[in-house]
Amino acid sequence: MFSLAAENLLSPIVLSFVLGLGAALARSDLSVPEAAAKMMSIYLLFAIGFKGGVAVSDHGVDGALALSLIAGVVLSALLPLLAFALLKVMTNLSRIDAAAVAGHYGSISIVTFVAASTVLESAGLKAEGYMVAVAAAMEAPAILSALWLVSRGGSGDAERMSGDLWREILLNGSIVLLLGSFAIGWVTGAEGLAKIDSFIVAPFQGVLCLFLLDMGLIAGRGLRGARGVLTGGVFAFGLIMPVLGATAGLATGLLLGLSTGGVALLMVLSASASYIAVPAAMRVALPEANPSVYLTLSLAVTFPFNLTLGIPLYLAAAQWTTGG
Amino acid sequence: MQMHQAKRVEITIEKIMQSRLTRALQDADVTGYTILPVLGGSGRSGEWSRSGQISRGTGMVQVVCIVRPERLEALLEAAFAVVEKHIGVVSVTDCQVLRAERF
Repeated sequence: MFSLAAENLLSPIVLSFVLGLGAALARSDLSVPEAAAKMMSIYLLFAIGFKGGVAVSDHGVDGALALSLIAGVVLSALLPLLAFALLKVMTNLSRIDAAAVAGHYGSISIVTFVAASTVLESAGLKAEGYMVAVAAAMEAPAILSALWLVSRGGSGDAERMSGDLWREILLNGSIVLLLGSFAIGWVTGAEGLAKIDSFIVAPFQGVLCLFLLDMGLIAGRGLRGARGVLTGGVFAFGLIMPVLGATAGLATGLLLGLSTGGVALLMVLSASASYIAVPAAMRVALPEANPSVYLTLSLAVTFPFNLTLGIPLYLAAAQWTTGG
Repeated sequence: MQMHQAKRVEITIEKIMQSRLTRALQDADVTGYTILPVLGGSGRSGEWSRSGQISRGTGMVQVVCIVRPERLEALLEAAFAVVEKHIGVVSVTDCQVLRAERF
């Protein structure tokens, strides 16, 4: 496991992230243009979705896909309850802040998923292609759980989840692109991949490096502004919760009978915290919650932890438990 | 040249609320407005910069409307219903316009 962790820590993608993190902490003026960062995220989502669709096309569809989707939805809905209970024990956050944070930890970080997929490929492991669809399915249920946690405390507001918000969550650009490219990959299969593989396979890791450089810059700026926002208990939560989430993902993956790679990816999805879809939903539905707390936690604490130590840890646990 | 009194309303608000705000303005018959990106700033919620954002939920925009003075109250009521609980600033200043029929 230690060699896997060392290998991961010295990989170009993690070192690119560390470069961005260090540059931001040192107050360098290094920055990635907004439009370039957006283009890279579109590229990464398209590539990972397409490749997932091709994998499903190669291996066909079975009941495991439907079960995995259901399991993903259930995990996303239940993990916020665990996170909320943990926050109540470890921190002094208000009910609304704790519920908002909890919602982030039920949802997922697609960049962590992409990075983990790359690590799996480097380790010669294959995962079920439909894990991309599971990732998309895990984006939204956690938001409902967070709002339920708030309403249980007597702060209910029937207007919190309007039809507009639902549309924005379910049709947000990341989900549409991920599922759309997944469908294209599924329909066109290996032949379709052969036509564009020079675009979506070979440059993938290089683009991911640059994207993670930008993520490092953003996380570093978040950490710089974290003083006074994150208490010790909140910070510790950002490190403990991913491990608990990953454990839930591990148990679920084993119950589903997923491959080693599939179990590792489900662990990564369960361990990661959202910093795109859920913050947007929380700003609309729970404007009273402090965005500094949930954004800093998910982006500047949990994301770096998962990227550097979490992924090799989860992969080692998946290999150990599946014998893979 | 003939000038006419008008009110300039500047609403700085989270980007995620932009479409809700403009819809509320249109419902209140305020059909003319300009939307500007906000680069950064500092306020009650702390320092903020556009370059440090990844989430579409955390960007800010400024919606600028110029209306005839008698339409100000309806505009503010519509805007306030949307921005009340959210991070942002609403300010009103007097201004003058050349073509009153456009406002």
